[in-house]
Amino acid sequence: MSYRTLLFIPGNNPGMLLNSDILGADAYIIDLEDAVAINEKDSARILVKEYINTFDRNADVFIRINPLDSPYFYEDLAVVKDLNVKGIVLPKASIESMEALDIYLDENNIDFKIIGLIETAMGLELSLEILSKSKKVIGVLLGAEDLTLDLGAKRTKKSDEIRYARSRIIAVSKALQIEAIDTPWTDTDDYEGLKIDTLNAKDLGMTGKALISPRHVDIVNEIFSPSKEELEYAVRVMEAVKSAKEKGLGAFSLDGKMVDLPIIKRAVNLLKMGGVYKEEYDGLLK
Amino acid sequence: MEERRITKIAKAGSVESNDILIMMSPGEGSLEVEIESVVYKQFGDSIRKVILDTLAEEGIKDAKVIAKDKGALDFTIRARVKTCIKRGIENEL
Repeated sequence: MSYRTLLFIPGNNPGMLLNSDILGADAYIIDLEDAVAINEKDSARILVKEYINTFDRNADVFIRINPLDSPYFYEDLAVVKDLNVKGIVLPKASIESMEALDIYLDENNIDFKIIGLIETAMGLELSLEILSKSKKVIGVLLGAEDLTLDLGAKRTKKSDEIRYARSRIIAVSKALQIEAIDTPWTDTDDYEGLKIDTLNAKDLGMTGKALISPRHVDIVNEIFSPSKEELEYAVRVMEAVKSAKEKGLGAFSLDGKMVDLPIIKRAVNLLKMGGVYKEEYDGLLK
Repeated sequence: MEERRITKIAKAGSVESNDILIMMSPGEGSLEVEIESVVYKQFGDSIRKVILDTLAEEGIKDAKVIAKDKGALDFTIRARVKTCIKRGIENEL
């Protein structure tokens, strides 16, 4: 199942760490990078380690480490490598940093997943190559704030300035069959803007969205959840596939429309997103 | 863990809610812990125990510790004490 919501939690804030698992996000990104002051990096690492080693959590946890070109990349990894977390968010992902992270994880026999954060012009243009550098990559996250800074573009709520970046990230994610995670909506009080922005991202093909405010979780979860009607249709598609297989039909229609492979794949994705996919459907896809 | 010495004044944490500010300085031959907490009456002994246990785990037998607590849980107290120790012994000659 895709992560509909990935909520950033500042790594040096005990209160937010403590409450993070009850905020309803599908996953959490504990941040050791931008949310932590330079002179508190050591403190945050130790706090996150104590937190992770103390509490069981229901949702998956990723840690955003500091970038390769900072003095903290390997210091972060030295602590994070022993923690019971799902994986790492790699900021300012580049070919060099993805290779360095992949090698480090292999050398230490660590089974972490990686989400590559694309937030530079070079990163965007090389994203296919960067994200192909490690088999551990399960997703790509668009970081629009840093990207627009790098592009010299004005960051607006309408987000026309990142339309190309979103489409590019989505195309690469589909090519690699990884998750496409949209950039956070930074106005914590503008819920209407959040809805419009999230719908735009979803319509383009994003599979989820990173968040910086717990108050955004429910809205974004709902938008990325399939509707009851969508799920019912998807079930009918799969049942029709089953029936056609039993009858030995190569092609068939449903509600007067031909059902082809893209429609079946879309139904499968919806059922997985809705958490109602059945294993018996696996045999129908062969 | 072998004994380690605090050689300089250090602090870690904050006085934000759910956090604790730990200040540490070289001791005078023993451990001295002073606690100020919004929940001292209920949890003062528990906070002291976590601080002393963490100091023992880290090999600190001689230090003066001042703690200003704002409702920190044990994991936070342990983390802030460990950070303070790390900062207090760094660059030891």
